Amino acid sequence: MKNFDIRIGGVPHLDDVSLEFKRGKLYTILGRTLSGKTTLLRTIAGLDTPQKGELTLHKKEFLSLPVWKRGVAMVYQQFINYPHLNVLANVTFPLKRAHVPKSEAKKRAREVLAKVGLSQLEKRRPRSLSGGQQQRVALARALAKQSDILLLDEPLVNLDYKLREQLREEFLNIFQGQDDAIVIYTTTEPGEAIQLGHELIVMDEGAVIQQGNPLEVFNSPSTIRCAEIINDPPMNILQGSIGGGDLNLRGKVTFPAPNHLKGLSDGPYLFGLQAADLYIGSDITGKVELSEISGSQTILHMRGGIGSFIVYEAGVHHHSIGSTIEIEIDKNRIYAFSVDGELICPPTITSGQGR
Amino acid sequence: MRTLYLTFKYGAILLWSSFVALPFLWALTTSFKTANGVTGGATYIPWLQYKPSLEGWKVLVRSGGQGIDIVQPYISSIIVTLSASIISMALGTLAAYGLARFTYKVGFVKNSDITFFFISQRIMPPIVLSIPFFLMLQFLGLLDSIPGLILVYVALLLPIATWVMVDFFSNVPKEMDEMAMIDGCTPVGAFLRVVLPNSIPGIVVGGLFCIIFGWNDFFFAFTLTFTKTQLLPVAVVALNSSVTPWWSLSASALVSVAPLVIIAFVVERFLSSGNLAGAIR
Repeated sequence: MKNFDIRIGGVPHLDDVSLEFKRGKLYTILGRTLSGKTTLLRTIAGLDTPQKGELTLHKKEFLSLPVWKRGVAMVYQQFINYPHLNVLANVTFPLKRAHVPKSEAKKRAREVLAKVGLSQLEKRRPRSLSGGQQQRVALARALAKQSDILLLDEPLVNLDYKLREQLREEFLNIFQGQDDAIVIYTTTEPGEAIQLGHELIVMDEGAVIQQGNPLEVFNSPSTIRCAEIINDPPMNILQGSIGGGDLNLRGKVTFPAPNHLKGLSDGPYLFGLQAADLYIGSDITGKVELSEISGSQTILHMRGGIGSFIVYEAGVHHHSIGSTIEIEIDKNRIYAFSVDGELICPPTITSGQGR
Repeated sequence: MRTLYLTFKYGAILLWSSFVALPFLWALTTSFKTANGVTGGATYIPWLQYKPSLEGWKVLVRSGGQGIDIVQPYISSIIVTLSASIISMALGTLAAYGLARFTYKVGFVKNSDITFFFISQRIMPPIVLSIPFFLMLQFLGLLDSIPGLILVYVALLLPIATWVMVDFFSNVPKEMDEMAMIDGCTPVGAFLRVVLPNSIPGIVVGGLFCIIFGWNDFFFAFTLTFTKTQLLPVAVVALNSSVTPWWSLSASALVSVAPLVIIAFVVERFLSSGNLAGAIR
């Protein structure tokens, strides 16, 4: 089992990181901008050097190797291709550097180009291609290398929405065939992270804050910060307390504590609620501050006695700013965090949960 | 209204073109005149107003006595200008790559300061350098020789080459270098295989500047040579005698300018055919 171990420290913008990657798996790194994802990838590729620590790829010490000897493949978020070469030459470029014989290189290149759907465009120059095609060329070049480690740094972020959806599906198919490689994919979109990876790593401000199976991480974020990152729109965090079998939100709304929280000791807590678990109803009132339409849903930013919160409303509705709406809370979906932000109790997962 | 605009537009173009072209045409006609033809009043059209002769041109290839042989200085100029330009571009491109890609800091001196030091060499009036260069070449025993001249011209053209290329390299994204290295190129390999091919317009422009400055320079060609080596600008001036030989002067002027005009036409065609490297999206 080829393992890739990272134990590094002393890289600017990156805390000490300790990770282990297993061959044949697709890892997604999720984090906001400036969370250190790109720096981590660059360190793996060799473009940034850690002051201390080690990078080992199946017993081989990586740190002493310069960039060009590491045999890593990388796809950047800005579509990087060689403008002075045509598409086929772009894809065979790394193979020629590795002294692969010309005919073999061309054969491999053509196979990979077929995989990404660009066979017709062999002779074209990158700058005459659309953004999506350019990124596919970059991807083809990375795949042709058949490296042990394939890094993708937010590869879809500069493409339009529809193209992103389409390419994400294609990625899943393409990466199926990469049994030998370790694929590391970074993104800022929680939806993409959950859809794509076998394992999810959440990073924030240079540190890894959680890692595990994507759905598990989504359903049980270990800290409030993690819950904020992995939910889009961010999870609503409301101050409250538990006392005498009742759950109290900011002193304004009280109701009997739901089953999964009954065992908690009395005291102050921070309660989390995903936007999808609030809907039009009759528990609390709030004033609409902003109403956004996203796809076929309306996102309401509201403020009420319990603080400010975000509600998902199915369908497209118009609510004027300042209007008052009654919202109901799905009490069985309340997360309980300690005042310090640590997860104490997530809601129990029933079948059909999770987005 | 439109015809008025068109007449104005083409009229202005015609006027300006004539203004630019007339000196050359004048030189052309003058070069085919004899001494009499020049002094006896202004005449323009050959065969009609005066008898054309090749005297002015013959003088240029005749050596000793009546004429100055311009062929040898011509060849020397070509050798010196080309060599100095090629060496300057080679060194300047490497220096520019370093300045554009890596960060230097010695005390308070940063990249932009170093680049400025280079360019500032051209701010000085050349005359300031005449004595130092003379003494240096004398010490090296290279006065009045082609290698000596090449050395001096490299010193003069290097700043220009560096300046043009630094600007050009900063327009080539650093990510391309990185991608080349990830794909297996050493830093030198990345430079040669990826950055340089995408900087060809810059190299052409820089090379052009070097050639033009080198070819036209009179001052250092004059101060640093005596008899053994002569460059074209000096040889042309030496044609002067008590009677100003307008005809051979015109001929030599045309001959001196000809290479640059040809190069300019060739390069202009190349640059405008869209060979300019596209930018990364």
